Amino acid sequence: MTNTILTVEDLHVAFKTQHGKLTAVRGVNFELKKGETLAIVGESGSGKSVTAKSIMQLLPKATTEVTKGDIHYNGESLLKMSKNQITDLRGSEISMVFQDPMTSLNPTMKVGKQIMEGVQRHENLTKAQARERALDMLKLVGIPQAESRLDNYPHQFSGGMRQRVVIALALACNPKVLIADEPTTALDVTIQAQILELMKDLQKKTETAIILITHDLGVVANMADRVAVMYGGKIVEQGTLDEIFYNPQHPYTLGLLRSMPKLNEDRGQPLMPIAGSPPNLATLGEGCAFAARCPHTMTVCHTYTPRDTVTETGHSVACWLQDSRVAKEADKAELVESGNSSTE
Amino acid sequence: MTRYLLQRIGFMLITLFIIVTATFFLMQLLPGTPFTNPEKLTDSQLAILNAKYGLDQPVAMQYIQYIGNLLQGDLGYSFQHEGRTVTSMISDRIGPSAFIGLQALVFGAVVGLLLGIVSALKHNSILDYGSVTLAVLGMSIPSFVFAALLQYYVGVKLGWLPVALWEGYSSTLLPSIALSVTVTATVARFIRSEMLEVIGQDYIITARAKGLKENQVMVKHVIRNALIPVVTMLGPLAVSIMTGTLVIEKIFAVPGLGEQFTLSILVLDYSVIMGITIFYSALFIFVVFVVDIIYSLLDPRINYKGGAA
Repeated sequence: MTNTILTVEDLHVAFKTQHGKLTAVRGVNFELKKGETLAIVGESGSGKSVTAKSIMQLLPKATTEVTKGDIHYNGESLLKMSKNQITDLRGSEISMVFQDPMTSLNPTMKVGKQIMEGVQRHENLTKAQARERALDMLKLVGIPQAESRLDNYPHQFSGGMRQRVVIALALACNPKVLIADEPTTALDVTIQAQILELMKDLQKKTETAIILITHDLGVVANMADRVAVMYGGKIVEQGTLDEIFYNPQHPYTLGLLRSMPKLNEDRGQPLMPIAGSPPNLATLGEGCAFAARCPHTMTVCHTYTPRDTVTETGHSVACWLQDSRVAKEADKAELVESGNSSTE
Repeated sequence: MTRYLLQRIGFMLITLFIIVTATFFLMQLLPGTPFTNPEKLTDSQLAILNAKYGLDQPVAMQYIQYIGNLLQGDLGYSFQHEGRTVTSMISDRIGPSAFIGLQALVFGAVVGLLLGIVSALKHNSILDYGSVTLAVLGMSIPSFVFAALLQYYVGVKLGWLPVALWEGYSSTLLPSIALSVTVTATVARFIRSEMLEVIGQDYIITARAKGLKENQVMVKHVIRNALIPVVTMLGPLAVSIMTGTLVIEKIFAVPGLGEQFTLSILVLDYSVIMGITIFYSALFIFVVFVVDIIYSLLDPRINYKGGAA
């Protein structure tokens, strides 16, 4: 597929700890097409950020290691590239926006300079040209009086404005892929909407593909073309926005959607949380990571890890309930029932 | 800013006034007077001397007189050296002290920064452990112990540098090195921990994500940000050097201000004790003030314009 810009194949990332290796990402597969937005959803500790950072290879070498799998950008393996090749790609081809705009800018450097630094690193521009670009970027992300703001320090901006600066910085060299790691989590709701709107807008102009990492399903619904749901270091379900929201197949996805409070529900309706807590990655063995919390477990769930079951539309689920080898014998009635009730 | 500066200068003067007052009365508590010790003076001779230097007045009167003179910039005459002003004694002696002190500060800062930066860059390596161990030793062993060790090994055994006295540039090296040990250790430890903290900050990941080369990230983002708090250390370090010189100058027989100070305390040269105390205090207060100003210039987040400062 020539349309695919980034492929992650069977990615395994391990942290080296005092008690041995702890595998935080345990076989992640996904593809990113040009210009699309892929949302990666999951709770804290599910491996979203680690996956994102390993694409950019921003994880500390001393404590982390890609133990298996590969990442291809335009057909080339990022993991096999030299350090110089990777730093050449960072910021120019693949960029990243981080969670907390309060801490992701250097507090003692003028914001204009911070944008110029990246531009001058990747493009052969004079200082004046780089400054011009920085100014254009600030205007593009909607910072008023951009001219005078270039020489301001990060602490002179509000949180929302800072995130705009971070986005300007990330997009300054016109990257093909933007990885946004919870870009709105640290912002208040009205600012969140503005930032998301801005990102959508800029995506139309620049045709950048976005990997949006979030745990906010509202953000996903607003932004994504496709959705990947992560749990316990794996993508458990992946499909188009509509498939995930209207036809979720994995009990975890279902649980996530159900646990969202709804405005049109009667007051006093109790929330429907997913029972239990996320798995301890250190003790996770064979079997489905969600088995301990799943309301539909079967014996097989505890002993064998489910494989991806893929439909013709590309909707994939890693769940024994959807596996044709199991489905014949298992009593699906219960799941079908509960699935219907939530998607009506 | 002007308002802030005026306020600061006001506080500095108040601080100095308190130091002068406290020292003046504490000094009077020392047993004896300047003229009781060495010479066998008759009562009438003593009375003449006391009258000449105003020691026959009540302490309160002496104090008021001293403050009056001080306000006119007059530190008075030495009680022990006939006809010499305290000001001239300080200016005669300040040269060697300032030279040794500044040289120690430069040695300490340069070596300390190098050790600390290497330590942080090679975190958890043998280099790191080595320089941390050195730093802990440097901080916990007093400088006069190093002074004695240096004199014995470098001066006597190896004979590379003069053991003591003040004869040309080579004589300045051992005292400066002995003095700089604490500075080196403090700076090394401080810059190391600051750098490790900065390396863990989000904006360093941002810098890497921009595609900056590792040495650009280190120099422009890590070291620059880690250096700012190190500037605040300069104040306390300047003090440690000032107090260090008192002992070090004695050990190496350097004709500096510190040596003069210890001597004047031994012979109860009241006006010289006061003069040097005021000089040291004023210098220290000024250094702290300058450090604060430099800090505000280096760190854009600190701004003295607002009333909050």
